[in-house]
Amino acid sequence: MAELFASYDILGAFWVTILITFWSAVGAMVLGTIAAIMRVSPVRPLQIAASAYIEGVRNSPLTLVVFFFFFALYQLMGMTLVAPSARSSTHAFLWGVVAMAVYHSAFVAEALQSGINTVPTGQAEAARAIGLDFTQSLREVILPQALRGAVSPLGSTMIALTKNTTVLATIGVAEASDVMRTMIEFRPDLLYVIFLIMAFGFVVLTLPMGMAFTALSKRLVVRR
Amino acid sequence: MTAMASRNPSAATDHPVVAMAKVNKHFGALHVLKDINLSISKGEVVVVIGPSGSGKSTLCRTINRLEAIDSGEIRVDAQLLPEEGKELANLRADVGMVFQSFNLFAHKTILQNVTLGPIKVRKLPKSEADYLGRDLLRRVGIEDQSDKFPAQLSGGQQQRVAIARALAMKPKVMLFDEPTSALDPEMVNEVLDVMVDLAKQGMTMVVVTHEMGFARKAADRVVFMSDGQIVEENTPDEFFTNPQSQRAKDFLSKILQH
Repeated sequence: MAELFASYDILGAFWVTILITFWSAVGAMVLGTIAAIMRVSPVRPLQIAASAYIEGVRNSPLTLVVFFFFFALYQLMGMTLVAPSARSSTHAFLWGVVAMAVYHSAFVAEALQSGINTVPTGQAEAARAIGLDFTQSLREVILPQALRGAVSPLGSTMIALTKNTTVLATIGVAEASDVMRTMIEFRPDLLYVIFLIMAFGFVVLTLPMGMAFTALSKRLVVRR
Repeated sequence: MTAMASRNPSAATDHPVVAMAKVNKHFGALHVLKDINLSISKGEVVVVIGPSGSGKSTLCRTINRLEAIDSGEIRVDAQLLPEEGKELANLRADVGMVFQSFNLFAHKTILQNVTLGPIKVRKLPKSEADYLGRDLLRRVGIEDQSDKFPAQLSGGQQQRVAIARALAMKPKVMLFDEPTSALDPEMVNEVLDVMVDLAKQGMTMVVVTHEMGFARKAADRVVFMSDGQIVEENTPDEFFTNPQSQRAKDFLSKILQH
């Protein structure tokens, strides 16, 4: 096992996984919150646009979304997020993060919406009755309570996101599963050890995540 | 009880605080408000009663446009109710509302419930809002609970907080939508007492209720609704002792038997 760690940059690959997870999660939260707010807004065209986005993305395979951004937008149409002269691994990393953020934002939006549905309508009515406008009602009354109801499904989405980073190996991002593939190719004799290392690595990442979300949802529970 | 401080005619402005004209509202096929005309003067306490399903709650909720109407017009302090938006939010700030199910903000403390409007809508500094909030909570007798959360209070206490929350906006009129219907019987009076005090102090009030005692004690006028119409309007004394319409007689005979 020590020789695996010596010849392959396993920790470095997991670090890339962590980076992808972090930035994709941030992006997914931002996009998902915007989509959820659009869907509950009183403006019909915004509702329709958000629903189309959420349903469209949520029902597409992740691989397809990743390929769309990397092959269609980047390789075919030449769209870049940084200077075109940057290393190709940088392009892959950035487009990978965008694809992950977009894909998971649909699930974040769904989680937030289910959270919003747990907030009784009376809360929104009371907020409007004291003169809060739509944005204020959302910010002061609805979202803080919705977030509490959304914590558990958000936790599941974030765990799924962490594991889904492995799909980015298909576009050459050097994350954990990419190094796993390389190791299996060159050291098939250590196959089971490699599997165990990978499984253990992901458990180390996701288990505390799940525990943190569970603790958070317990602490934030709204008594009614 | 009938002679109230606010009953000074010279204090009355030349326009009513709430004016509803030919208001109609449907819920699908159901015609819930039929040609409602109602005018409420400054300082007046109007109690709306009627059988369930008669449209009295809906009437109450149209005044701050929690329910939009299909036709007719509603004016609050001479201003026509605007469409949903900033202007409507401003108008709602001037109309206090107390709900049957209290609807206190579950994630905020009692004091924060009362000060949210003053801080966010009236732009009061927090210290001033806190002072105002504590004063109002004292008035409704809950000052020692101000750091608790709504779920830690009894129903009667929560409803008194809800009244304080509405009062914190210094409203021109207060709407009460069956404020005691969700309360355990022993808590009804603590809420009604606060409302009677408010009435005495000259607050303009529209109260949808089944509490006939409150109507007799504090109302200037009783509005009786049935099937989406205002069937009868009169002083409480006249209405309870000498109802004119058959529907009012039927209704009163059913509720006053016990």
